[in-house]
Amino acid sequence: MDASQGGGAETVLRLAGITKRFGPLVANDAVSFELRRGEVIALLGENGAGKTTLMNILFGHYVADEGEVEAFGEKLPPGDPAAALAAGIGMVHQHFTLADQMSVLENIALGTQRMFAPRFDRTSARARIAKLSQDFGLHVKAEALVADLTVGERQRVEILKALYRDARILILDEPTAVLTPLETDALFATLEMLVARGLSIIFISHKLNEVMAVSDRVLVLRAGRLAGERATAETDRGELAALMVGEEIRTPQVVAHRAGEPVLEIEGVSAAGQGTGAALDRVSLTLSAGEITGLAGVSGNGQAALAALIAGTLVPASGQMRIRRETVSGWSPRAALAHRIGRIPEDRHAIGMIGDMNVTENVISESYRSPRFSRAGFLDWKAAREFAMSIIAAYDVKCPSPEARVRLLSGGNMQKLILGRALDGDPAVILANQPTRGLDVGAVAYVHSQLLAARERGAAILLISEDLDEVLALSDRIVVMSKGRLSPPSRRGELTVREIGELMAGHGVFDTGESHAA
Amino acid sequence: MRLEPKPSPSIVHTLLYPAGAIVATLLVASLLVMAAGASPFNVFWLVLKGAAGSQFALVETLTRATPLIFTGLAVAVAFRAKLWNIGAEAQLYIGAVMTVVLGTGAVTLPSLALIPLIMISAMFAGALLLLGPALLKTRFGVDEVVTTLLLNFIILLFVSMLLEGVLKDPMGLGWPQSKRIIAEAQLPRLIQGKRLHFGFVIAIASALVTWVIMKKTVLGYEMRAVGHNGEAARFAGIPVNRVLMKTALLSGGLAALAGFSEVAGLKGNLTLDLSPGYGYTGIVVAMLAMLNPLGVIAAAIFVAGIFVGADAMSRSAGVPSYIAQVMVATALLTMVTAIMLTRFRIRWR
Repeated sequence: MDASQGGGAETVLRLAGITKRFGPLVANDAVSFELRRGEVIALLGENGAGKTTLMNILFGHYVADEGEVEAFGEKLPPGDPAAALAAGIGMVHQHFTLADQMSVLENIALGTQRMFAPRFDRTSARARIAKLSQDFGLHVKAEALVADLTVGERQRVEILKALYRDARILILDEPTAVLTPLETDALFATLEMLVARGLSIIFISHKLNEVMAVSDRVLVLRAGRLAGERATAETDRGELAALMVGEEIRTPQVVAHRAGEPVLEIEGVSAAGQGTGAALDRVSLTLSAGEITGLAGVSGNGQAALAALIAGTLVPASGQMRIRRETVSGWSPRAALAHRIGRIPEDRHAIGMIGDMNVTENVISESYRSPRFSRAGFLDWKAAREFAMSIIAAYDVKCPSPEARVRLLSGGNMQKLILGRALDGDPAVILANQPTRGLDVGAVAYVHSQLLAARERGAAILLISEDLDEVLALSDRIVVMSKGRLSPPSRRGELTVREIGELMAGHGVFDTGESHAA
Repeated sequence: MRLEPKPSPSIVHTLLYPAGAIVATLLVASLLVMAAGASPFNVFWLVLKGAAGSQFALVETLTRATPLIFTGLAVAVAFRAKLWNIGAEAQLYIGAVMTVVLGTGAVTLPSLALIPLIMISAMFAGALLLLGPALLKTRFGVDEVVTTLLLNFIILLFVSMLLEGVLKDPMGLGWPQSKRIIAEAQLPRLIQGKRLHFGFVIAIASALVTWVIMKKTVLGYEMRAVGHNGEAARFAGIPVNRVLMKTALLSGGLAALAGFSEVAGLKGNLTLDLSPGYGYTGIVVAMLAMLNPLGVIAAAIFVAGIFVGADAMSRSAGVPSYIAQVMVATALLTMVTAIMLTRFRIRWR
């Protein structure tokens, strides 16, 4: 039973028989659970398992078809976020909801002021924020502009925003997806302080180690149903993973083998940074056939620029690139595709897929000009549809039809479409930029197995990931990026995690020389 | 109140809500009609009769719809690629200028050669006119809403200058108007003695061709991709800037055809009041059609019908024909709302 700690504590939140359908899809199927005072519940589940839908119902963004929500003994009116807020429920969304051009203080106080208040009492607001951040270790400058904050700081602002509104129940949707390990630890410390003050927390995640570390109880959702409920102390990662996907998960086995010929050679390339990320500073990197090169690093240190360079959206300012010993010129996304570079972009929604177009239209977006799909300026929609069907079948994409709009698919299914598109035609080079970010265990394992299969087929793969475990598990060689510079590669197993951590922090080999000796 | 997307819009709603929009439009117009001291039922009946109640009325509506189909198409293709062409009015006038430059005797060819030549030249001129703003947008990030809108006034003044100068008809008794085009440059009438002309056929054909381009061709696919998500399109290797250029050429060319068809099919010469805002009304038409090229035909006929019907009504009922403007504007607002309602559901609390 649910005999976790604090068994006698009062129930602060009760969900009873929540069912939500979107057309034929049942997103939540009779889900019931209770949250007690001072408790951390982890809501675990694959993408598309219905976690976010459930929380959106709880918070009043969606109206459930059946069932009801009760907070502190009182029934919440469905579909009313204001009532949820008033009842003391606060939500920190995966994608932050902050106004960039306003200060931290203004963001936090936004919406708590009466519309026609004669003036905004900054002093008391500031005092209140200062006290909250003191109490819970949420350090952030009240007058700083949100646009200038790091992702971790923005998350703290979001949490402060909820606390400022006297939240007693805090929902965190995938809070660690955007954090560095250090920031994650700080977040967990904050959560402990919150719980100690009697707050209750729902922690949505699909990272098993975090769930084990932070929660008192784990609820596992699978295909919209509650697949299981465990006290964290009485379960382990294997059991939870099995509950999540309904089967045992195999960890990828990387069999060492000899790398082949160099395929992509980057030599002393400098190029502009992407967004707020660092610029590339005389970066040299060789990707060889049949080898996965893992790139570790703290976000914003130039990974985005390196990815853009390989994807063709960034042109080197100096230095050169060779593909199969041939110097490339006229670099562009189309040139990259012509050189058989398969690209898995970092942001599925913004640049990987066109959400308002359908599956067929999306899978041909890189190859629509080939004679396979077009003749004399006309598209062969029949061939395109067949291609989409083949990807849907081969990659087990869950979608109603090739005519379904991509926006309606879950992140994991979108990623499978991108994989199918990128791996079509057996690419010589594969750029996998954060290929598993935001995916559930099942989808992660799938992406990994596909990358390893491509490696067996002789592709030269660059795996960029902020998840160090992922880099360590899959890579034949590891390079570390810091401040736009690249460390020399080391074979798998040569470096300890600690040494990699030091490289990530920018200590060591970067400032020594011009080019990296092989 | 909040909007929730519907996974798949139902067919009943897709028919019901637009019908509701028309009813709402009529209700709003009723208030104004009553304020003008007339009976709404009588007035609407007169509008309907004036728009479609006789062969004469129907022919007049289709004649008025012809330029709106062209400008509606021009706007629809541009908006589909998120190229905000507000300058169909200017492109229309440039098309008309091209028609009188070539069609008033400077070139003498048989009709079968002369008319296509003028048509292509007009399209070319309109296309070039929109190419400027498109280049400014892609090269320097200049907002094309501003440039195309302002070009409307520049071109209108330019036409005014031409009509007072080189294009002025010496036999025009001093009026700012061009010479009449020669017989070989005239589009034939579809019905003997009626105003409906071959331009209507060209308009329908243009809509069909545009539909095929948008649905079946590589260019149409590229335009939609660029319009829906330019970043993703660029990443996928779609040449975004080149697609925007092609969109501009297509859109400008279509709008110029409106000017060509009005001069060569209906008016016979160029005056400053050639277009009572067809370029701007094209935006309404395109929006009502949800940017669908075939929908543009229906939307243009609908809008033209209201204008023609209101003119006729105004003559017999004494209600100002401005009511037509109000009806078209209200119809646009209610129709856009209806379209939104078919895709989203409203949640009250």
